[in-house]
Amino acid sequence: MSDQLLAETVKIKGFAGDDIEAYFARPTGPGKYGSVVVIHHMPGYDEATKEITRKFAYHGYQAICPNLYSREAPGASSDDAAAAVRARGGVPDERLVGDVRGAADYLLAQSASNSKVGVIGYCSGGRQTFLSACSLDIDAAVVCYGAFIVKEPPAELPSSAKSIIHLAPNASCPILGLFGAEDKYPDVDEVAQLDAELTKHSKEHEFHIYDGAGHAFFAVDRPSYRPEAAKDGWEKIWAFFGVHLAG
Amino acid sequence: MCTYVTEHVEITGSGKGANGWFKVSEASVYFDHPADAPLEHSLNIDFLQPELGPSARVAVELDAASAARLAQAILSTLARVPDGLSGS
Repeated sequence: MSDQLLAETVKIKGFAGDDIEAYFARPTGPGKYGSVVVIHHMPGYDEATKEITRKFAYHGYQAICPNLYSREAPGASSDDAAAAVRARGGVPDERLVGDVRGAADYLLAQSASNSKVGVIGYCSGGRQTFLSACSLDIDAAVVCYGAFIVKEPPAELPSSAKSIIHLAPNASCPILGLFGAEDKYPDVDEVAQLDAELTKHSKEHEFHIYDGAGHAFFAVDRPSYRPEAAKDGWEKIWAFFGVHLAG
Repeated sequence: MCTYVTEHVEITGSGKGANGWFKVSEASVYFDHPADAPLEHSLNIDFLQPELGPSARVAVELDAASAARLAQAILSTLARVPDGLSGS
């Protein structure tokens, strides 16, 4: 496999036909590729998330990260945009689903698409990945430490995020879940409840909980980074997407 | 964890951002992931002028103990201001 890739900022159609910004990375060699929508974490459409997007291209996937904060802060730096959006309680679920649908459609319309598309998200993007898997017709989903899927946010948090566990029967694809044993949001009890709910509805899924890791263990630029968990997590992702998206 | 714990405060004054000084009318105080500080969570303060857009922001990210010391320093400084000057 060639390691050549191209990464650039593009415009895509998001929720309600809105033009939104997105970071698109893809292999440039000949052939057909599976596709991955990367949902950024709450700190935004930042350098770290773009690095993750390029990593998927390096591994042979067309990948795109929509800027979920395009509307509130066009042209602003990722941290300024994140501050503006968090002050408003985050991104509405309906809009998120529309933006992910637009990103998936953009990938599937590429001539190099093999017609398979998955979604991955971290932190708040983990919850949004589960939401996408239960709202859109996709082929695979990877939930990385998404909180507030099962439990409601604490009452003192003015988050717009609400529990979405009731959507589990609608899951359209296999789900890989990667979690830290020391994480409080979600804690291992919440992960166990999600696991049980997917089992109850006969939804294909595979969960891994890493000892010695908490929230955001994939984040190489944060003190929460746990190399052993992250390395194993990436191997799980390549194996999972290899089965459900590649070829 | 992505907390959304936030306090909004109306303020009057100026802040110096990437493009120089601007009037600030609002401050957001929140505890969440930092964008830059090497901490898992931090006490963040944004001094804002929403009318000028999201980029009109002066931001600081502090560990919790630093933030508490800063708050105490602000209050103790204000307490020592001579009568008649604090409204000027």
